[in-house]
Amino acid sequence: MTDQLLTVNDLHVHFSVPGKGILGRSRILKAVNGVNFDLRPGETLGVVGESGCGKSTLARAILGLVKAAGGSVVLSGEELVGQSLKQLRDKREHMQVIFQDPLASLDPRMTVGQIIAEPLTTFYPKLSRDDVRARVKNIMSKVGLLPNLINRYPHEFSGGQCQRIGIARALILKPKLIICDEPVSALDVSIQAQIINLLMEIQNEMGLSLIFIAHDLSVVRHISQRVLVMYLGRVVEISDRDTLYENPRHPYTRALIDAVPIPDPVKERSKQSRLLGGDLPSPLNLPSGCPFRTRCPSATDICAIEEPQLREIETGVQVACHAVD
Amino acid sequence: MTDIDAVSEVRGRSLWADARRRLFTNKAAVTSMIILSIVAVMVLLAPFLSPHDFDATDWELMSSPPTIANAHFFGTDSLGRDLFVRTLYGGRVSLMVGIVATLVSLLIGITYGATAGYFGGKIDHLMMRFVDILYAMPFMFFVILLMVFFGRNIFLIFVAIGAINWLDMARIVRGQTLSLKRKEFIEAAEAAGVPGFTIIRRHIVPNLLGVVIVYVTLTIPQVILVESFLSFLGLGVQEPFTSWGALVNEGAKDMETASWSLIFPAIFLALTLFCFNFIGDGLRDALDPKDR
Repeated sequence: MTDQLLTVNDLHVHFSVPGKGILGRSRILKAVNGVNFDLRPGETLGVVGESGCGKSTLARAILGLVKAAGGSVVLSGEELVGQSLKQLRDKREHMQVIFQDPLASLDPRMTVGQIIAEPLTTFYPKLSRDDVRARVKNIMSKVGLLPNLINRYPHEFSGGQCQRIGIARALILKPKLIICDEPVSALDVSIQAQIINLLMEIQNEMGLSLIFIAHDLSVVRHISQRVLVMYLGRVVEISDRDTLYENPRHPYTRALIDAVPIPDPVKERSKQSRLLGGDLPSPLNLPSGCPFRTRCPSATDICAIEEPQLREIETGVQVACHAVD
Repeated sequence: MTDIDAVSEVRGRSLWADARRRLFTNKAAVTSMIILSIVAVMVLLAPFLSPHDFDATDWELMSSPPTIANAHFFGTDSLGRDLFVRTLYGGRVSLMVGIVATLVSLLIGITYGATAGYFGGKIDHLMMRFVDILYAMPFMFFVILLMVFFGRNIFLIFVAIGAINWLDMARIVRGQTLSLKRKEFIEAAEAAGVPGFTIIRRHIVPNLLGVVIVYVTLTIPQVILVESFLSFLGLGVQEPFTSWGALVNEGAKDMETASWSLIFPAIFLALTLFCFNFIGDGLRDALDPKDR
């Protein structure tokens, strides 16, 4: 386990939701409900799942932006959960984040240079201004931005360029881990490809680990080595990319992959898709046993009684399902 | 990296520069700014504009209508004091009360509101309930109490008005902060390890300044009016010093016999209030073009 960059063990994040009326008791929403995984240096882990399954909350919990209710997050041998805010702040030098909305994640009143330099000046306040500027320009050219645009403001850039600014900001401290929270969902397809390729290029060059959260399964397939599938705050399957896409084990993963359209109309029409019925159950009121049983085509009696644990069924493939052996 | 430095840096256009450009295309706002600066210059240069002193009595000419010959441009009041000089000196007090009291409330309000809004939770609850309690204090009662204990003093008016006005400011700033706090760039700053108060100073305050500036330009006339109201009730500045409110009050008494003693201070007061309101409107349009 020592060669892992990041180990997440039984991580829980709970939010309390105010009850109805004045006397209503507040209820607990388990957004992340016992997540385990680990990440090797230089590896990309894709995280997929439908909206509201806790992907972004997982990212924020690893970063320490929301408080974990339990479990542990170990980054290069150091425990992050339960640390004071100040201690946590020092650890943020090693992990950075790229957000979904490129423009909203940049302060509209600051120049691009100030935005990219912010992590640097926060951690190294003694750096000279020229030094900071030189580093900012260096990183700007690395992410494909013209360095002479350093004094421009975010609203003068397009969405793709804004995302490059976000990437530059995440890279300037040369972190070990970058968490990408749906970095391409807000961009159009041609720009998506540019950004994804840029991320992969930089990853190779700097030896970064990435946690890549996305809706788009084909994007995840392109960038990740391993893929983690989440459902209602739980991990249902983690496996190598190719194994997962060619031989999905968990019924939920299978349904997700079936739902991906094939870019060939003849094949697409003849495709036997097993679309899921029903809606995502409320995370406030989880089903007993397996959280997926209400929509699962192969649910049996045991699924309502016992919650399936994540277990390794072959090397590199972990699945949480009673029906899989 | 010489090739990088060789390319000249492009200057960006900040949101402030954009807003300034839009503001200067607004005719009403520009006119108001010009009028207001003329008033301000006149008020500042009052001693050089007239041969008379603001508290000197001209025994020959009591309650005299405006004359050019004696340099009583606005006439004199019932005590024979030159109204032109008194109006300008009154403007000093009125504008000073307006600006100083607003700045005081701005400073306290922004610090207090942004802190409450950003840290949220129990801190927010506690801080805002304190504001609610202060809100419940009747303003006039508060002013009269201050006057009784400390005597009539111009600084007490600053204190009294500032102490009431920062409450509104704190509420506005808190509300803005709450909505800003959820923006991703704040989260990005947190993820970059920026400490809380630095985030407030660096990201929150500059971004809520637009709303606050508009509120300030609308608060200054409001404060001037409150001071006038206090002076009207006899709780404001003390003779022989005066303010526009006090002058209007005196003028109103002699309205039938000496209309000039009401008209001139009233024109200055109204003109200033109008100008501030127009500038406030212009700023709002300039800073938030989406809202129109």
